[in-house]
Amino acid sequence: MFLILISQLSLFFKDHILSLLIFLPITGACCAIVVSGDAHPQRARIVALITSLCSMVLCIPIYLGFNPGLSTMQFQENVPWIPIFHVNYGLGVDGISLPLIFLSIFTTLLVILSAWRSVHLRVAQYMAAFLLMQAMMVGTFAATDSILFYIFWEAMLIPMYLSIGVWGSSNRSYASIKFFLYTFFGSALMLIALLYLGLHSANHDFYIASFYPLKLSMSEQIWIFFAFLIAFAVKIPMWPLHTWLPDAHTEAPAGGSVVLAALMLKLGGYGFLRFSLPIVPDASRLLDGVMIALALIAIVYIGIVALAQVDMKRLIAYSSIAHMGFVVLGCFILFSITKHVQDISMAQMSLEGAMVQMISHAFSSGAMFLAVGMLAYRFRSRLIKDYGGLALRMPLLAAFFMLFAMSNVGLPGTAGFVGEFMILMSAMQASFWITTIAASTLVLSAAYTLYMYKRVFYGEVSSPLIANSKDIHGFEKLVFILLTVAIVFFGVYPKPLLTLMHAAIGSIFQLSLQTKL
Amino acid sequence: MLVQLLKFPALPEIALLIMICVVLLLDLFVKQKRALLSYVMAQLSLVVTLCFVFCLHLVPAQVIFRQQFVWDSVAYCIKLTVLILGIFIFIYARDAMGKKPPKPVYSSEFYVLGLFSILGMLIVTSANSLLSLYLGLELLSFPLYALVATERWQANSAEAAMKYFILGALASGLLLYGFSLVYGTTHSLVISAISQTLSHAGGQFSIILSIGLIFIIGGIAFKLGAVPFQSWVPDVYQGATTPITLFIGSAPKVAGLALAIRLLIDALPSLHQQWQPLLAIIAIASFCLGNLVAIIQTNLKRMLAYSAIAHIGYILLGIVAGTPLGYAMSLFYVSSYALMAMGAFGLIILVSQANYEIEQIDDLRGLNARHPWLALLMLVIMFSMAGIPPTVGFFAKMGILQALISVDQVWLATLAIIFAIIGSYYYIYVVKVMYFEEPTPTIQALQPVQVSRVAYLALSINAILLLVFGLFPNWIMWLAKSAFSVINYPIY
Repeated sequence: MFLILISQLSLFFKDHILSLLIFLPITGACCAIVVSGDAHPQRARIVALITSLCSMVLCIPIYLGFNPGLSTMQFQENVPWIPIFHVNYGLGVDGISLPLIFLSIFTTLLVILSAWRSVHLRVAQYMAAFLLMQAMMVGTFAATDSILFYIFWEAMLIPMYLSIGVWGSSNRSYASIKFFLYTFFGSALMLIALLYLGLHSANHDFYIASFYPLKLSMSEQIWIFFAFLIAFAVKIPMWPLHTWLPDAHTEAPAGGSVVLAALMLKLGGYGFLRFSLPIVPDASRLLDGVMIALALIAIVYIGIVALAQVDMKRLIAYSSIAHMGFVVLGCFILFSITKHVQDISMAQMSLEGAMVQMISHAFSSGAMFLAVGMLAYRFRSRLIKDYGGLALRMPLLAAFFMLFAMSNVGLPGTAGFVGEFMILMSAMQASFWITTIAASTLVLSAAYTLYMYKRVFYGEVSSPLIANSKDIHGFEKLVFILLTVAIVFFGVYPKPLLTLMHAAIGSIFQLSLQTKL
Repeated sequence: MLVQLLKFPALPEIALLIMICVVLLLDLFVKQKRALLSYVMAQLSLVVTLCFVFCLHLVPAQVIFRQQFVWDSVAYCIKLTVLILGIFIFIYARDAMGKKPPKPVYSSEFYVLGLFSILGMLIVTSANSLLSLYLGLELLSFPLYALVATERWQANSAEAAMKYFILGALASGLLLYGFSLVYGTTHSLVISAISQTLSHAGGQFSIILSIGLIFIIGGIAFKLGAVPFQSWVPDVYQGATTPITLFIGSAPKVAGLALAIRLLIDALPSLHQQWQPLLAIIAIASFCLGNLVAIIQTNLKRMLAYSAIAHIGYILLGIVAGTPLGYAMSLFYVSSYALMAMGAFGLIILVSQANYEIEQIDDLRGLNARHPWLALLMLVIMFSMAGIPPTVGFFAKMGILQALISVDQVWLATLAIIFAIIGSYYYIYVVKVMYFEEPTPTIQALQPVQVSRVAYLALSINAILLLVFGLFPNWIMWLAKSAFSVINYPIY
């Protein structure tokens, strides 16, 4: 009897593991709010940590049960949700969404750990906001129905808006409203495009997969391409729609910056891979020059802008934009690669490079935001000029930060190197000049990252506050060790990541080479 | 015999009228403290009427009283919505009156007038002739004029009542003139007969009919509060006391949609080509003006008034689409909007204290620190109004967009959503005030929020319903769609 119950239960879990991954953090968030008023912050922290760890544990059966050889969706769940509109509750993962889902859960764990001692205001709401964000993030990556995707994509704005506004620094209201309006504006047009596609798809349903074989004329494709582009360009963000990001990053609390940099920006890249390239391939082919130009502007111009920053968080925010420019480059260079060379594998490598770049950027910029957050919490300043000689007082932090900075620069052996190298190598097949301009990032990012590092960590001890400071404590060490392991592991041995995504990227690649006219 | 009686389509209205008379008489003869008995009786009459409406859900569409009164599934849906809204309205109003100093309260008048207005709404919803429609409309409006004037010693309240009455009378006149022109060309007051006569005309309509149509649309736009007949809305919303604003802002909007459905979709469907562009212009102007002007408001009630104008624009868009799906989505939108508006005004009532009336948006400052649960409820309501998933407001907007795109009016859908983005600013501004700022250290603002338990529960249910209907919108959408999916007009 008991055994039957257990087996039934495990079967249920097996069939609904993605739903579980979405609803577990939501439940955790509700629990955190309920069990703890402002009087018992510790309870909220513990509930959040347990929820986050449980989500981590749930990842294990997904990873083990996932077959990387298949390009189709796995762990599928399909329930009719709003039959009137043919909207379904459809979940599933493939090699593109799975790494991003793991990344979301891992990042949330880091955020919860790093907030353990540094957040004191409305702890329960803080934890609940980030757990909700995790749920929405996983839902966005796992949704196979475009309306469901849109709902998660939009619902994420609520906790993010609150987290910037409630726990942010002085100019937080401005930054959070700007963030909200920018991203809402971007995604609203995407909704029109999705509804349009849904009405024209074969069964009038909204499955993303049923948009792939849909025949569309060139003018339709161009309209839809731009509707998607605005949504994803705001999220990723691309020049000239990037201006919300430095403000949001700077004003957000440390956890908010980490989630923004590590996860929210990835939604843009994910959108290009999942929507733009396979749904409107002809428009993408037609407009790839524009996209590459915008990507190069992001890489070079924003890189130069980053050099001029005096605020550490702002500097890292601009460096994020520059690095995400690489993702855009990797996504859209494949058309000109296939034009120039017969070797398809090179073009596919650029897509994989974009994907690896997304993951590695999450680690390096997330880590740097965490480190700066710790500094800002201790010394109440984000300005580079207020620091100096930190390496003397906080050698551990200095060492970790060095590694993260190196990964940001793209030093071989760190995760940051792999993606950039793959994209540059495949871009070389297309055009020498594009590659040269893009490669300037290696110089630029080294310049702004190391120049900041030098001013903050070396030199004279600049203030008595720094002279009396203590090095990072247990939780912070744990967070940094986890990040270091991830950065070095994927830098030295990226193969598990590549095998995971190879088949899925391959199918996206094939879809983006087809013509729909 | 009894079962036969329960199947009589006009039973809810008749029952409600009898109950209203009872409440009226009770108030005359029974001395009561704080109108408790009137309140209980009023709620009881709404519940009884609601039960009678429920009993009718399987009754086939039919026309009674010499074709004056129609029963169909549209009437069923709208009556359900109006009555449920009515119950919530009275709960909130009771809470508001409990907080007032006990001297000059005419609270049992509130319930009686409110019940009369609801009776008017039910009659409008079921009207099958221009005459009964007009009578129902006046029965709906007159108690509202009186309600706005209840605090007549306050200047802005008196001003609002005067404005509302004069403009309302003007709109009734417009509507009546339009009716007379339609009657002149079609020789009938019965809605189904008008529609039949016009459909036999074969697309050839006299200019008189078009003029009549313009007057009718003007009247509808006034009753709904759409541009260019919106000028009464902000003043009345601000001038009336909050429970009355709550009343005006919720249930009459649903009845107003019923008016539009009866007149435009039931009576004049053949003139679709003519009223569609007119209505489209009204809708666009409404959501443009409403959303833009709401941004600069500092008074919370005034802001909600402009937001109401904007939402009416979206509601009309469904009718502009001109398909059964569009009509159904209008109905869905208006019911969810009424629920949101009721929640927002309900929250104003709950947070207001005896000596501290919430007027400005800034009065909500730091609500999260003072009362996190109420702040969370307001957050849900605001995001629902802005149309952010997973609240019902999103699906309401999505339904309208879907209806527009399915008739290839993508540009209209795009325009609508762009203004929805602009409109989201003032909703998230309210969230900003509640969450990002600490309460101002005045004595009133720092005292704990005291709420009556019933109103607190009602508001919680109200806001949670917005989430529940957002997560499971299918049932209510299906109900709205089924109202228009079959031909539910009896054949003569």
